[in-house]
Amino acid sequence: MNILEFTALVFLGSMIAGLLGALTGLGGGVVLVPLLTLFFKVDIRYAIGASLVSVIATSSGAAAAYVKEGFSNIRIGMFLEIATTLGALLGAFLAVWVSTSVIATVFGVVLILSAYLSRKPRPLAERDLPPDPLATRLRLNGRFPDLQGMRSYNVQRVPAGFSIMFGAGALSGLLGIGSGALKVLAMDQAMRIPFKVSTTTSNFMIGVTAAASAGVYLNRGYIDPGLSMPVMLGVLAGSLVGTRILVKAETKWLRIIFSAVIVLLGIEMLYKGLTGRL
Amino acid sequence: MMVKRAWTDQRIEDILGNMLRAGVGLSAFVVFCGAIVYLTHHGRTPEDYRVFQGEPSDLRSVPGILREALHLNGRGIIQLGLLFLIATPVARVIFSIFGFAEEHDRMYVVFTVIVLAILLFSLVGSQM
Repeated sequence: MNILEFTALVFLGSMIAGLLGALTGLGGGVVLVPLLTLFFKVDIRYAIGASLVSVIATSSGAAAAYVKEGFSNIRIGMFLEIATTLGALLGAFLAVWVSTSVIATVFGVVLILSAYLSRKPRPLAERDLPPDPLATRLRLNGRFPDLQGMRSYNVQRVPAGFSIMFGAGALSGLLGIGSGALKVLAMDQAMRIPFKVSTTTSNFMIGVTAAASAGVYLNRGYIDPGLSMPVMLGVLAGSLVGTRILVKAETKWLRIIFSAVIVLLGIEMLYKGLTGRL
Repeated sequence: MMVKRAWTDQRIEDILGNMLRAGVGLSAFVVFCGAIVYLTHHGRTPEDYRVFQGEPSDLRSVPGILREALHLNGRGIIQLGLLFLIATPVARVIFSIFGFAEEHDRMYVVFTVIVLAILLFSLVGSQM
């Protein structure tokens, strides 16, 4: 295959990944690395670098739309970004030291887990929780526009949320993904932040987290322009189209199918990783 | 007091949104331009990503990328576009420092400076 054909095919594949990621809300980044390594036989280190770049593109693009709606809480975002960026640095340095088969194995586990987490129903946010002293000191409690006007919320269990965020950052740095599923887990389950606020704030954070590991990847020569170009442009085009048609599409079946695809890719990555073929 | 604060937050978020959009747009445009140069010169070369070699040192650092891009090297131009993309969240963090300072929120100015330091360390300090 010459570079022109390769670029066109990778662009197409990335566009489909970005489209499905936006339509299902599962993020396209998570299938990019398996797509590149399993189908295009790209070395996993190049694949992670390219995926990381596309994660920044979609996060910043989507965040631009979200921040204007007034759901995201910039204080929660900035406070937790201390955890995610530190984790991302650690993950990126780890990626240099561990073997590619270990990375592939971890990737497989994370794929299967994130498909599971996304199928799990989210807890309904309990209203009128008592204010937590630490959250109050950190000024994390906030308000967001609801059907009945502005609704306030009190953030809970800050240390637990901060720790899960550190883990999410480390996985993001090690695997080149947004790890949105883990971020939402920290904010929904541990910190009891309302659904709309946690989703948009998480998206807002993904770009900064990915940028923290992208610097290390760039300096280590993992970010290849020839590969990152079609991946980034493809994912960006796909997710732009995806968010446009999102309102009209029936996404329930799509989510089930896409989750199944993620699990299958996870099993394949796990198998290749454990047998040392990646 | 509360009303003024909410207004400032909303205004900051509006500017942030536009900034992010502009950053992604600029970066996609530069990457696209680089792609045209790269594909016209190297389109017929066989691809090879199976074996990891790592990028040449010029495509790993900010000064090197600028040098390659100024020589209108296709891969250098693409890498410059990717650098703009990585800089977009960094710019948003820098902007947030001013936003929090405007609100006299000293604690969050400190938090944001910490995040910025981590980002800059990753971009500049991690070359070892």
